[in-house]
Amino acid sequence: MRTSKLDLWHNCYKTTLYYRKNKANHFLKQNMLTENAPVLPKTKRSFDTQKVTLTVNGKPRVLNILPWVSLLDALREYIGLTGTKKGCDHGQCGACTVLCDGKRVLSCLSLAVMNEYVEITTIEGIASSDDELHPLQKAFIEHDAFQCGYCTPGQICSAIGMMQEAKPKTRAEVADLMSGNLCRCGANVYIMDAIMAEMGS
Amino acid sequence: MNNFSYTKVHTIGEAVKQVSGDVMAQFVAGGTNLIDLMKYQVMNPDALVDLNTIADFHDIQEREDGGLRLGALVSNNDTAYHALIQERYPLLSRTILAGATGQIRNMATNGGNLLQRTRCYYFYDTDTPCNKREPGTGCSAIGGYNRIMAILGESQDCIAVFPSDMCIALAALEAVVNISGPNGDRSLPFADFHRLPGDKPELDNNLRHGEVIISLDLPAMGFAQNYSYLKLRDRNSYAFALVSVATGLELEGNTIKKARIALGGVSHKPWRVPEAEDFLINKKANADNFGQAADIILKGATGYGYNDFKIDLAKRAIIRNGLMALNPAETQLPGAVPN
Repeated sequence: MRTSKLDLWHNCYKTTLYYRKNKANHFLKQNMLTENAPVLPKTKRSFDTQKVTLTVNGKPRVLNILPWVSLLDALREYIGLTGTKKGCDHGQCGACTVLCDGKRVLSCLSLAVMNEYVEITTIEGIASSDDELHPLQKAFIEHDAFQCGYCTPGQICSAIGMMQEAKPKTRAEVADLMSGNLCRCGANVYIMDAIMAEMGS
Repeated sequence: MNNFSYTKVHTIGEAVKQVSGDVMAQFVAGGTNLIDLMKYQVMNPDALVDLNTIADFHDIQEREDGGLRLGALVSNNDTAYHALIQERYPLLSRTILAGATGQIRNMATNGGNLLQRTRCYYFYDTDTPCNKREPGTGCSAIGGYNRIMAILGESQDCIAVFPSDMCIALAALEAVVNISGPNGDRSLPFADFHRLPGDKPELDNNLRHGEVIISLDLPAMGFAQNYSYLKLRDRNSYAFALVSVATGLELEGNTIKKARIALGGVSHKPWRVPEAEDFLINKKANADNFGQAADIILKGATGYGYNDFKIDLAKRAIIRNGLMALNPAETQLPGAVPN
């Protein structure tokens, strides 16, 4: 049943055109929330900001935010901690990795309002003092484990979480457990070196 | 993302009441799949009810019959690394660790894993027709690029596959799904939880609106001696299975006394054929017998062009994984990578 590339393209093109035409109406019906509010009782539609207290790097932060603000956006845009990076915003690259109650999570796939009773640690909060870097930060510098540095905060938070949650013994295991953090510069070899060195020490 | 209201609940009854009374409301626990789908506007709930603040269902308990009860709100990683799971259900631990990434497994819950949606490209692309996303619009995968799609149990309306790894082990282990809903509690055998697409591909499973998974029961039989999970995919980590096989064997010498074989990446639900498992009883554990079992499992498999290769791949994976199960200590590499 294999179709030729041309057939395939033609088929997709036709159905997509047809679909877009019909979809316009459907889309309008689905998305006119503000003007067609009476669909549900008004109480259910109170999209007001909520007062949320996030504990970030040991400090309580009180925010007034809407429910759909991600933890990532809350950290970067509302609290001003821009060390945590936004890469894909879909949980594929790991640049937004932070530690929640010591466990590595993706802040882009979590809503800020869901993290009220959680101890959040970002790259800004992993060092024990202002004067000294976290041992893994030192290892990253020592092993030249980055070029542009955009993935680095996520890589480091992820590695800290990984060492606590699993007990990997081999480089292959570490590579598998770190696959949620992508580095487009291709510094992966040195990132692995830094992590292996830190695990050995 | 569309606008929505957000509520925390503290009891399961409260959660069920909130969602069952509003057709546009959804539960959220880990959020790893739902929030992503909301960003793509594939799912647009009006209200999210957060289950994380419920005090129960956050633990793994022993059951009187020798099995375990996994709370629905325990994270995938906590389950995979749990001492009792590693000791008695290593197959389950392996399948969980073969899926997603460390970060996602820390967020994703056991209940949510059963409820994740397909990763069919057309389901995610809101510019194309999809019967699962918008019933009645048509299936773009049939006649489209269908390399990752189903070869078993599909329908003319949908050829999407169910993406979970964990559920392949749960199917092989014959877990039971405990559910709470507006009409009280009920339990479903794992085989009856997910459904085939038929003419209603918008329904992934038999959970009704307002019902929520509260726990999973594992029977005492864990196949801890002879088990294997083989996951074949485009890269060795953080990719969904093209074909995956979970095998559990109970052996006497080299003779099979009991066999369980479940396939992932080939159908709208974890694929098991009891007839093939019965065939293996009292047979020698060798490539020939696993091959015959594979033929029974893959009877009626259909390719859609780009996924024709899966039929042959699945057969060879079943044989290879059967042989790997004879010696799990040496064959089970990180991430279910083939040895």
